[in-house]
Amino acid sequence: MSKNPAVLRSKKITVEFSGFKAINELDFQVNRNTVHFVIGPNGAGKTTLLDVICGNARASKGSITFNEKYELAKMSENEIVHRGISRKFQAPSVFAHLTVFENLEIAMKQKKTLRSILRAKMTKEEEQKLTDMLDLIGLTSEKDKSAGSLAHGQKQWLEIAMVLMQEPDLVLLDEPIAGMSKQERIKTGELITKIAKERAVLIVEHDMDFVKDYADVVTVMHEGQLLFEGSMEDVQKDPKVREVYLGRKVDADAEVTGT
Amino acid sequence: MQNRIYQSVFSRKIVFSLILLILLLAPLFLSDFRLNLLGKFLAFAILAIGLDLLWGYTGVLSLGHGIFFGLGAYAMAMYLKLEATGGKLPDFMAWSGIQELPLIWIPFQYPILAIILGILIPACLALFLGYLTFRNRINGVYFTILSQALVLVIVTLFIGQQNLTGGTSGLTNFSTFFGFQINSATTQTVIYFVTVVALVLVFLGCKKLVKGRLGRVLVGVRDGENRMRFLGYNPSTYKTFVYTISGAIAGLAGMLFVLQVGIISPTMIGIVPSIEMVLWVALGGRGTLIGPVIGAVFINAAKTGFSESYPDYWTYFLGALFVIVVVFLPKGIMGLVEKLKERWNKVDVKESSSVEIEKNYS
Ligand SMILES: Nc1ncnc2c1ncn2[C@@H]1O[C@H](COP(=O)(O)OP(=O)(O)OP(=O)(O)O)[C@@H](O)[C@H]1O
Ligand SMILES: [Mg+2]
Repeated sequence: MSKNPAVLRSKKITVEFSGFKAINELDFQVNRNTVHFVIGPNGAGKTTLLDVICGNARASKGSITFNEKYELAKMSENEIVHRGISRKFQAPSVFAHLTVFENLEIAMKQKKTLRSILRAKMTKEEEQKLTDMLDLIGLTSEKDKSAGSLAHGQKQWLEIAMVLMQEPDLVLLDEPIAGMSKQERIKTGELITKIAKERAVLIVEHDMDFVKDYADVVTVMHEGQLLFEGSMEDVQKDPKVREVYLGRKVDADAEVTGT
Repeated sequence: MQNRIYQSVFSRKIVFSLILLILLLAPLFLSDFRLNLLGKFLAFAILAIGLDLLWGYTGVLSLGHGIFFGLGAYAMAMYLKLEATGGKLPDFMAWSGIQELPLIWIPFQYPILAIILGILIPACLALFLGYLTFRNRINGVYFTILSQALVLVIVTLFIGQQNLTGGTSGLTNFSTFFGFQINSATTQTVIYFVTVVALVLVFLGCKKLVKGRLGRVLVGVRDGENRMRFLGYNPSTYKTFVYTISGAIAGLAGMLFVLQVGIISPTMIGIVPSIEMVLWVALGGRGTLIGPVIGAVFINAAKTGFSESYPDYWTYFLGALFVIVVVFLPKGIMGLVEKLKERWNKVDVKESSSVEIEKNYS
């Protein structure tokens, strides 16, 4: 499907919640330099997929390898981050009592052991990196404001920026544009395209227009399994997908807009 | 904006120097008795700083700091007791038929070693407990409950092991410290100055910690422990570290307390004092370091005032104070100061703008 090498490969992973299989023997792959969307009906296991990759949930069976050599299933959350996987959660979770700048400061790629944090001093280089990132997300003038005082969309960007500051090989985003205005969506989409030039981005999203505009690859999940994978065009044509997800979704969206 | 930040830093420095000056000059205008009381309050204030580092900055509420305080206090008291008996067995041991100095008392014959242990033992206990609980992700309320259980266990142990600890009556009747008469006004004044120096060092040390990148990481752990994991931090390491530091600081405070009060007993390190300690921090203002110092001194001064005139009402006052702080002053005295400052600044702005308007009209 793509010439790019795999960043992440899962083999028959299963995630269970007290017997219920939220993910069921899933084989899955994410490639470098790819914007990879995961879609599917509510409860399909999309968030759980991100959880099991970043260590927030544990697989009861199967393996996940990262960059062909690291087995993620046995690593702690912080080790996984240091290997190069960063996650943005669905609800914005910036640190409200720190400034925008300080949020980026603690997120930034660095040794995060107690020892090195105790010794850490802001270097010129680090400061430059932080300033560049503020520029990229357009929050330069908000630098010294507390993150809690930002608008919703700005918080989302700050959080994406915090993920990027870790210079990961794989970025995981859970519904990044939820609650954003039209312009903000476009800006976020552009940002995603830009960051995927150097790394893989895996995004869970319900907004099909957004997926259409920015996806390289789309995976459709259903009941913890992979239903279909391909380009957005193929996905939209596939009868199975139309039956369990897109067909229903059109109805649901129509209902919403109808009222 | 820039200017205002600068100003507030500037005025903080002034406030800090003023307080320090008053503390250093206190022996000139306080009676020996009052100076001794103030010294005791300052010992409490030292503990409060450590507790604020843990609770205010890292978000870990310990209701068991009386124990760390107590371990420091007992370490010092054991040394003082041995010096008072001149190497012989303390009286309560002789009464319970012990012939030889028990093994755990032996290191406390040496003052320097006793002082080191007075800090090291509480620090190690905190390190051990913190490692076990935080690594197993026992957090929030569960940790707080555990910290209370710790108090119960240790206090029961101290009362039960009468022949080792002096039981409920604790350790008292000291005579000398490094050979100096401990109750003499001169010795007490020197100990007072030592306490002031310790307070300043602990304060500046903690300030330095929270001013650095560590301070931001601790706030992160406080406000979003799980989030910090996904930024690549291991929060339990940080919590254990701060818990250990604050345990050590509490031990130091305990030693200074015994030197000035001359007695330590299980009731002074139990549940009620442990809760009072948290109240000092809450009243002064969490996460400010200076607030808890003010809180500790204020509450204990009030306590002394009350027990001099209305001994029965202290508990009611404490209860009422607790309610007032929780309901009206969630950010404590420092929060109030901050609010007043803001209002002050606003008034400033208004005045200057009204001046401008007048100019325009004239
Ligand atoms: N911690 C948990 N404990 C128990 N069940 C869970 C847990 N997390 C998820 N589940 C269940 O697993 C299934 C998959 O959930 P998941 O959150 O991955 O779905 P999703 O595809 O992200 O859905 P949505 O589109 O609504 O976000 C759901 O049935 C959910 O109820
Ligand atoms: Mg979800």
